[in-house]
Amino acid sequence: MPELPRDSVGLVTPQTAHFDDPLSLVCGKTLPAYDLVYETYGTLNDERSNAILICHALSGHHHAAGYHADDERKPGWWDAHIGPGKSIDTDRFFVVSLNNLGGCHGSTGPSSLNPETGRPWGPDFPMVTVCDWVESQVRLAERLGIQRFAAVIGGSLGGMQVLQWSLAFPERIANAAVIAATPKLSAQNIAFNEVARQAIRSDTDFHDGHYADLETLPRRGLKLARMVGHITYLSEDAMGSKFGRDLRTDDLNYGFGVEFQVESYLRYQGDAFSTSFDANTYLLMTKALDYFDPAADHDGDLAKALAPAECPFLVVSFTTDWRFPPTRSKELVNALVRAGKSVSYANIDSPHGHDAFLMPEPRYQAVFAGFIDRIADDLGLGPRNEEAARAL
Amino acid sequence: MRSDLTLIYDWVPERAKVLDLACGDGTLLHALARDKQVSGYGLEIDPDGITRCISQGVNVIEQNLDEGLANFEDDACDLVIMTQALQALRRPDLMLDEMLRVARECIITFPNFAYWRHRVHLGLRGYMPVSKTLPHAWYDTPNIHLSTFNDFEALCRDKGLKIVDRAVGIKDHEGRLMSRLWPNLFGEIAIFRITRD
Repeated sequence: MPELPRDSVGLVTPQTAHFDDPLSLVCGKTLPAYDLVYETYGTLNDERSNAILICHALSGHHHAAGYHADDERKPGWWDAHIGPGKSIDTDRFFVVSLNNLGGCHGSTGPSSLNPETGRPWGPDFPMVTVCDWVESQVRLAERLGIQRFAAVIGGSLGGMQVLQWSLAFPERIANAAVIAATPKLSAQNIAFNEVARQAIRSDTDFHDGHYADLETLPRRGLKLARMVGHITYLSEDAMGSKFGRDLRTDDLNYGFGVEFQVESYLRYQGDAFSTSFDANTYLLMTKALDYFDPAADHDGDLAKALAPAECPFLVVSFTTDWRFPPTRSKELVNALVRAGKSVSYANIDSPHGHDAFLMPEPRYQAVFAGFIDRIADDLGLGPRNEEAARAL
Repeated sequence: MRSDLTLIYDWVPERAKVLDLACGDGTLLHALARDKQVSGYGLEIDPDGITRCISQGVNVIEQNLDEGLANFEDDACDLVIMTQALQALRRPDLMLDEMLRVARECIITFPNFAYWRHRVHLGLRGYMPVSKTLPHAWYDTPNIHLSTFNDFEALCRDKGLKIVDRAVGIKDHEGRLMSRLWPNLFGEIAIFRITRD
């Protein structure tokens, strides 16, 4: 049995919470009942004050840290930052990570069975938004006995959920970390999402979303969607240094097969994703991104929209992120300043583009750890384990 | 705390809303928040300084001062503080305008180039001064706009700004009286408190 790393949360088992209270959604529909699958790391203290909620991004899920099995090849998607002595220190904090409604990793979504028909929801699954997710996350918190999170943290689409938490439930969130996010999508962001959606919807195997009924999958469409998405996650430099113009074979073959390494990489990523992710979920998640715009109800004035927030914010961006570039984070920071809120902002130098938020990077980890340590101080949770801190 | 920060600490009124430009590791803002219920933000570009601010709960925003303060509204604060950064800016005069747009009052400290030791360095030895307050060589110094106590007073006069208070930071063994009488000669660090009118 291979040994798990010492700074890992170790083996984790996902749990499922079932909810029978109907959830009214922003789109006007109601979800009568639903499941949320989640994982927890660390221990909730007696005061129930040390809980941190992790919100996931577009293709994320509940498995943020640790391993599901001894022989699992890769740990959870944010394992670089969650664990004993890591930035989000599970020695002192109780971390909750869930799969959002509409997801395809265990929480109720388009691939779940619709109790009314006994068949998969498919395209009939109601459109869910960031606001709906946060509502459902509050219910999960209540189920776990958490009245107030010490922090809610998320990157990209996850950062939007954090922002929504601070606005809709200011009394339930003590600190907010919004990482590589944006207060709203730009026209270019929406355009990329629309290309992805059209790729899926125009796949002949999509069948208007009823592919599950017909026991087929819109693999080509989902693959294309992922390929175009993936380009936006990397920086030009990262792609250049990773692949350059490297060829797979010695010579050009003047055809349309895979010639350049970057083509091979994108196809591989697309293929892997097309069988592991649900196309209807992908469509929903991209729409949730598009719709998010808290300033819309306030004549586009973000500072006004931020008025209800009470918690201190940490906003982090990455220099080469061109999907949600530093200017978008700065837009949020400036609005928070205008609204008189507590905020700190760091723009981390990284070559990895949007994906940088998932990776370990010394300055990113130091900023993150400083933020978490201050929260631990406020709560009297004691200092970081010395030995573990040295390894940071 | 650095001697110029100690002096500024005393000058800042309780519950003031402060913007600290080039706030470093947040020592001043942290002390002001703790003892005087002062709120506000620090601007900084040094990564280690930013991290230390965050870890002690000081609001810090990564922002290059040469890009101005356009993200702060007119009269957004009661007081803008800038310690030991004026000389490193591309246009100190424009920054002064910006600072006094964001707050009615500001406190500025900078190394006084006319300090007698600097004069000795340049006047007698013929080398660009290197000292504790100006530790860099001429070719790699971030201090691109060195000025003197007198220069700054002249700039304030030209701009019609009111100097409410001025002081000098000095080495402990040098006379306080001397620096009070001849600040341009005996003041190592110039400290000004100015208002718009």
